[in-house]
Amino acid sequence: MSFIRKVRILLWKEIRSELQSKEMLSTMIVFSLLVVVVFGFAIDLNKELMSKVLPGIIWITIIFAGIFCLNRSFAAEKQNDCLYGLMLCPLDRSAIYVAKTIMNLLLMVIVEGVTVPLFFIIFNYPGPQQLGLFVIVLLLGTYCFMAVGTFLAALSSATKAGEMLMPIMLIPLIVPVLLSAVIVTKDSFGLVGSGTDLFLKILVVYGVVFTVLPMLLFDYLLEV
Amino acid sequence: MTENTRTSLIEKVLAWSTFLAVFVALYLVLVYAPTEKTMGDVQRIFYFHVASAWVGMMAFGVVFVASIAYLLTRRTNWDTYAYTSAEIGVVFTTIVLLTGPIWAKPIWNAWWTWDSRLTTTLILWFLYLAYGKVRSAIGEEEKKARLAAVFGILAFVVVPINFFAIRWWRTMHPGALVTSKGIGLAPDMMLAFFASLFAFSLLYCYFMMRSVRIERMKAEIRRLKEGLFN
Repeated sequence: MSFIRKVRILLWKEIRSELQSKEMLSTMIVFSLLVVVVFGFAIDLNKELMSKVLPGIIWITIIFAGIFCLNRSFAAEKQNDCLYGLMLCPLDRSAIYVAKTIMNLLLMVIVEGVTVPLFFIIFNYPGPQQLGLFVIVLLLGTYCFMAVGTFLAALSSATKAGEMLMPIMLIPLIVPVLLSAVIVTKDSFGLVGSGTDLFLKILVVYGVVFTVLPMLLFDYLLEV
Repeated sequence: MTENTRTSLIEKVLAWSTFLAVFVALYLVLVYAPTEKTMGDVQRIFYFHVASAWVGMMAFGVVFVASIAYLLTRRTNWDTYAYTSAEIGVVFTTIVLLTGPIWAKPIWNAWWTWDSRLTTTLILWFLYLAYGKVRSAIGEEEKKARLAAVFGILAFVVVPINFFAIRWWRTMHPGALVTSKGIGLAPDMMLAFFASLFAFSLLYCYFMMRSVRIERMKAEIRRLKEGLFN
């Protein structure tokens, strides 16, 4: 069986278990809607300031919702020792990592699809000038975030502190992602002049490094 | 000579030479080195600030190398090196983060700026605090060593990406003093600088040696305890 086929089977398993309960997706969407509303209350801004703050707010919301999502992704496998079942399957352990990452990415994309447009509605801000760039940076940034996050979720699920440990490990690791994504998002709003392609490159480099490295190290993570 | 007496001898020699080096460095930094023209006496922080930064970075480099070595060989020694080095690295990085603002306030008129080196150091500090948290959250020795090594590798790899991302974002920190063109310091200052660099490096080695010994003793006590109860 090829690697891709293995990943597809695992991904299908993830999707089916999510479709069965729809617990994750619904909770995440409600949570991120709440974050939007909270920001609406907490920050009272005029339109000019809004354009400076909105990219940051969008990414903070994504990170909060993402941490939520990541914490569940391996914790769910602990029920009935499902993780051991997965580890017993005749496949590369890195396939588990890839399938989980894709699943988390899918969930996040759906959540973003609901929440991000809502930001523009609630804050009464016209849509981004460069919609293409905006979508690209959302996808790329979320991918980088989920690639590291899924790996760390697996790591933290093996510890006692679990869900408390996750954000402490994750946030310092994703500083370059957050930084670059916010700058490129600002650019897509037509706020920064030039030089943002550099930050797109950082995102790409980060995405590549933190896909290869976790795949190499994932075997060490899931040892009995 | 047995293994133990030899180590304790090396440790003693190291302890005394560290003491001497620190003493000499203190003299050179506080008395011998001339006062900087524009910044005044506050510039003397530089000698300790940069030396601690160097030791901090080196310590985290050791964590990275020792983590890889542990995953490849699975020898507990490597894990002990990684752990103690991370601990010492956090201490020295804390010194950097404390002395930096004291120096920056009179010179830049701000405690903190979002410059690339400052911010990278701060994030580094957070990363190795997290490294410590990972360790304390796991009970089993083998698992603790393995997961910590994995995180130690990730944490070090992100440093250069971090640095460049922040550098392109904004930068204000004085440029590197030691460049390929030579060193931009007066000879007297240079002497003081290298003396404190040397003293701090020795201090790091001494701390390493001592805490490695303590960790080994802890492991030995654990082993004995298990022997008692079984």
